[in-house]
Amino acid sequence: MSNEATLHSQQEVMHGAHDHHDHDHHHEDSFISKYVFSLDHKMIAKQFLITGIIWAIIGAFFSVVFRLQLGFPDATFPWLESILGHWAKGGRITPEAYYALVTMHGTILVFFVLTAGLSGTFSNLLIPLQVGARDMASPFMNCLSYWFFFLASLVMMASLFVQTGPASGGWTMYPPLSALGDASIGSKIGVDLWLISMALFVVSQLLGGLNYISTLLNMRTKGMSMTKMPLTIWSFFFTAVLGVLSFPVLLSGFILLLMDRHAGTSFYLSDIFIAGKALANEGGSAILYQHLFWFLGHPEVYIIILPAMGMVSEVLAVSSRKPIFGYLAMIGSLFAICILAFLVWAHHMFVTGLNPFLGAFFVLLTLLIAVPSAIKVFNWLTTIWKGNIRFTPASLFSIGFVSTFISGGLTGIWLGNSSIDIHLHDTYFVIAHFHIVMGVSAFFGMFAGIYHWFPKMYGRFMNNTIGYIHFWVTLIGAYLIFWPMHYEGMAGMPRRYFDYSSWTSFNQFGGLNQFISIVVILVFATQLLFVFNFFYSIFKGRKLTEQNPWKATSLEWTTPINPGHGNWPGEIPEVHRWAYDYSKDGRDFIPQTEPIGPNESAH
Amino acid sequence: MDTAVTAKKKWWDGGYSPFNVSYGKLMMWYFLVSDAFTFGALLISYGTIRFSSTSWPDPNEVFRSFPGMGHANLPLVFVSLMTFILIMSSVTMVLAVHAGHMRDKKAVAKWLTWTVIGGACFLACQAWEWTHLYHEGAWWGRNPFHNVDGTLASTNFTNFFFTITGFHGLHVTSGVILNIIILANVLKGTYEERGHYEMVEKVGLYWHFVDLVWVFVFTCFYLL
Repeated sequence: MSNEATLHSQQEVMHGAHDHHDHDHHHEDSFISKYVFSLDHKMIAKQFLITGIIWAIIGAFFSVVFRLQLGFPDATFPWLESILGHWAKGGRITPEAYYALVTMHGTILVFFVLTAGLSGTFSNLLIPLQVGARDMASPFMNCLSYWFFFLASLVMMASLFVQTGPASGGWTMYPPLSALGDASIGSKIGVDLWLISMALFVVSQLLGGLNYISTLLNMRTKGMSMTKMPLTIWSFFFTAVLGVLSFPVLLSGFILLLMDRHAGTSFYLSDIFIAGKALANEGGSAILYQHLFWFLGHPEVYIIILPAMGMVSEVLAVSSRKPIFGYLAMIGSLFAICILAFLVWAHHMFVTGLNPFLGAFFVLLTLLIAVPSAIKVFNWLTTIWKGNIRFTPASLFSIGFVSTFISGGLTGIWLGNSSIDIHLHDTYFVIAHFHIVMGVSAFFGMFAGIYHWFPKMYGRFMNNTIGYIHFWVTLIGAYLIFWPMHYEGMAGMPRRYFDYSSWTSFNQFGGLNQFISIVVILVFATQLLFVFNFFYSIFKGRKLTEQNPWKATSLEWTTPINPGHGNWPGEIPEVHRWAYDYSKDGRDFIPQTEPIGPNESAH
Repeated sequence: MDTAVTAKKKWWDGGYSPFNVSYGKLMMWYFLVSDAFTFGALLISYGTIRFSSTSWPDPNEVFRSFPGMGHANLPLVFVSLMTFILIMSSVTMVLAVHAGHMRDKKAVAKWLTWTVIGGACFLACQAWEWTHLYHEGAWWGRNPFHNVDGTLASTNFTNFFFTITGFHGLHVTSGVILNIIILANVLKGTYEERGHYEMVEKVGLYWHFVDLVWVFVFTCFYLL
């Protein structure tokens, strides 16, 4: 068959099949095929989001419980005993429970909420809608991706209920603590379940990521060149690339760890004594695991933050009625971050036995990330500069994102220097840094996305007043929680300790810790308010009366208010211009579908 | 559908696949890149541990048996046979893909069958080798072989050998299963009806990848 003929038959398959697809899907869906094993990318996005919300409540609640311990080490809370049983004898959590809670808080928030819940939701929702495709390249694999995530969730949830408790050696699961069941109560079956759950999670990420990449490369509608795509899509693209390349390395690390646990191997183990008895393991290296883990672990923080960056770029342009400043620089900086993400992992290991000579290079590469990050920050600021800003909850959260990304990013420059890191590593300074720059920021991006695209998901608005309360309490609360931790960290207060009251050096922070814990409870309650707003608005929110409530240019707002499977009832619209023609030629906005006029120059 | 493909066509402007391939093939390529990272991580781990060891067993001493040859000293002969079988199965896969382009159903079925047989033979060889090593006392956590310099070896020689060749064997197994499924579809006429044999190409990509990985695994464990 000639090359040309192959090409035509393949295009037939690609585009033809999907058009047929669309017509086939007008039949009545059963409850199972519509809500459970749905193939519609929009429903799968909602499944990811709601599962993520449930996990977020659990993960955040865990932090409330251990903050109670840190803020009020001498108080007892009898209700804790009634929910945690012997893990909180007498109303005070045990040290084992504390470590389990901290570990699960990290695991849940990093992987299940801010990876699956964030990019799983918005890549699924927005990629087909914004590039102009009927659905994902492979809807079936997309469905599998969610259900593998669901399975991973089930296993992780089950691990919370086993007799010896869940994994509790920290979310990084470092050996030898995690490799030896005898090392601690939290290293028993909890770790096995953790590893199995995470392996399923990697499969889910891979299925999803391959789909995202091939959809946005292959299924773009006519006219949608790469540089006409909204920045959301670019950020999802780089996120997916990072995931596809880094998660498999984590999987290899986990395979070796499982072997060390159960097959008597010594990949990570050497020269170890447990309870005074020498183990036979010899020749392994615990540092090896750290390399494998952080080769994922560092790109992982960009997997978390890039989707938030993309959505914030989009929301800021829409709400300030101005084109995004430096569109190509935004893409370029995303690309630079994506490359550098793979070259800096060892800055997590400056003090764990890494050769200091090697550390010097990782310092340089780490500090280089400040360049693309700063480009992005300045572009966001110049985008809203002198804009006619509409302060919707989505735009407030986007501005909040820029704020926390700056203040959390600056402390990253401190920690990226290996010499300063000797003092600051494993202190509350580190906790403050990564919670602000990736925890709070990513959540702000996620909230911005939810408030902004909720009308597309459910055909209704979320309540604005609750949205404003949610924003201000969360922003102020986040700073009140994490800002003081910088001081604690600089004073040398180590992280992961159960009780600081017996240390003279850290006694002085008793009141501060109490203050932080009280703010944590307030902020947690406000998040519950958001969750209420979310579910209430699904059923009772103000109904959308127009297709394009935010007056945005991008393609998702050209679909009907409640789009069916296939997104556009007729032909998929053709795209003629980039997604940021706001306030152009005296017009508020020009949709991407409008051809370039005779007196107009394309961007 | 466009009538002609001209040199001026803007492939990246949407409406087409920029690489001129279906999404399925694209996904397979990206999956293989991802899988390459999995194997890469395992082999680099192996390298790290081996370089940090003072000495390591000599593969010519360890892998010197051949089925039915008793205690004859035939270093690396059996693994060469295994490698030859696997590479030949790649050749038959190429022929199957080529026959698919020609829309020659019978030839596709024939060459796919040979590929399945080749894969199965490789797995059988691996099973024999593993059993043989097991009877010599080697397993995860047990290493009867001494280092080249005569010192006592750590168990990591066998640990990595069984883990990585096992992981590769798992890939071969899933490849054989995929090939059997595709073969069944070929015989049922699914692809004849569809008008093209692209599925054969996709499993072909996977099969060649598994083959390529073996070349690296083979080099790392038997030659170095």
